[in-house]
Amino acid sequence: MALLGIFLMIFLVIHLGINLCLLRSDGGEWFNAAAHFMGTNYIVKVFEVVLFGGFILHILIGILLQIQNWLSRPVRYKVKNRSYTPFLSKYMIYTGAIVLIFLILHFMNFYFIKLGWVSNPHITEGEPDFYLIARDLFLQPLYSFLYIVLIIILGFHLNHAFQAAWQTLGVNHPRYNNFISWFGTIYAILIPIGFIIIPVYFLFIR
Amino acid sequence: MNLTLKIWRQKDAKSSGKFVTYSLRDISPNCSFLEMLDILNEQLIQKNEEPVVFDHDCREGICGMCSLYINGRPHGPDDAVTACQLHMRKFKDGDTIVIEPWRAKPFPVIKDLMVDRSAFDKIIQEGGYISVNTGGAAEANNILVSKKNADLSMDAAACIGCGACVAACKNASAMLFVSAKVSQFALLPQGRIEAKERVTRMVKKMDELGFGNCTNTYACEAECPKLISRSNIARMNREFYCAKAV
Repeated sequence: MALLGIFLMIFLVIHLGINLCLLRSDGGEWFNAAAHFMGTNYIVKVFEVVLFGGFILHILIGILLQIQNWLSRPVRYKVKNRSYTPFLSKYMIYTGAIVLIFLILHFMNFYFIKLGWVSNPHITEGEPDFYLIARDLFLQPLYSFLYIVLIIILGFHLNHAFQAAWQTLGVNHPRYNNFISWFGTIYAILIPIGFIIIPVYFLFIR
Repeated sequence: MNLTLKIWRQKDAKSSGKFVTYSLRDISPNCSFLEMLDILNEQLIQKNEEPVVFDHDCREGICGMCSLYINGRPHGPDDAVTACQLHMRKFKDGDTIVIEPWRAKPFPVIKDLMVDRSAFDKIIQEGGYISVNTGGAAEANNILVSKKNADLSMDAAACIGCGACVAACKNASAMLFVSAKVSQFALLPQGRIEAKERVTRMVKKMDELGFGNCTNTYACEAECPKLISRSNIARMNREFYCAKAV
């Protein structure tokens, strides 16, 4: 769970790097080139399989562990627990479930188009123009609003996930704990901000 | 102090329990929480009613028998103390106090507020010891131990096995307890000999008994009356991975 999570967190940085190409005023040249590279490079294609495997395993293990956790307390307390815990840590399964919904929507809007499972007007000569697809989506205020909300929830998920992953992997040392905690928080703020800049750019700045 | 108590009453393990409300008057703020329950029980006995059953033994905070979930917190509103070391001055006059037993699948209720924590004993039986021959005690300084490791081991060994970590955890996970028991030996040269078998067997038993998984919410650490650190959980994870890998 932790290893897969860290792998997915590294992937998010790469994904953000590609998405930020949308901000260039080049008619999507860089973005489409990056998308083309990601879609055709053989090394990337191998990683794509690993990535999907990682997503699926992370989700399945997460659900399985949660079911075990629910079963481990068949009779609930009548008074709500008041023990001190980081707020977001208690809701990982719920923020994770929302991220999963986002992931499905995201696949329908992009990856399934690439596979030809979903039709889109921006497909010419078999190659989808992902820049135009993304631009059209981000120009819809409702989609952009939903995107921003879901990305913020992804940030909530990441905030706990980062430091929890290292704890699970056995990395806990007084010398590094503060760094891990701060780095995780900064990561969980900067990554969502990076993704949110894009719909804001298309809606208000461009 | 005048108090209203809502206490979980359950005839036996098979019965379905319910909360019963009691009123207590003129309780001294200097009373311990268990003494307050003693006063209640005296009153119940005088009225020919069944007293409330709750676990207790040393009443000095070292035996680990207290198992009261008080107003949503194991051992109540004070930090780093067991319920027997909790005093009524932590409450206000007129307060309503809700008392429940530990809730976890491996900790079934025996009666009222008493739960069966023999699951912890079963985990200890899987490796919470070092194997030594009986006979004369060896010279203590034959095996040198660094001060740092001795201190960390002693900190882990402070765990009294009360189960507050399980009671507080939203997943009813026993990771803090098991990690403390694994750590106290793993940090010492005498414990290294059986370290791999110990961690493997104790974790396996913990899972078999139906404790939940750790999702790093750290409620266990927050509620531990002996301030056992979550760094022990990380150490146990390291020990476990190494044992599995080699």
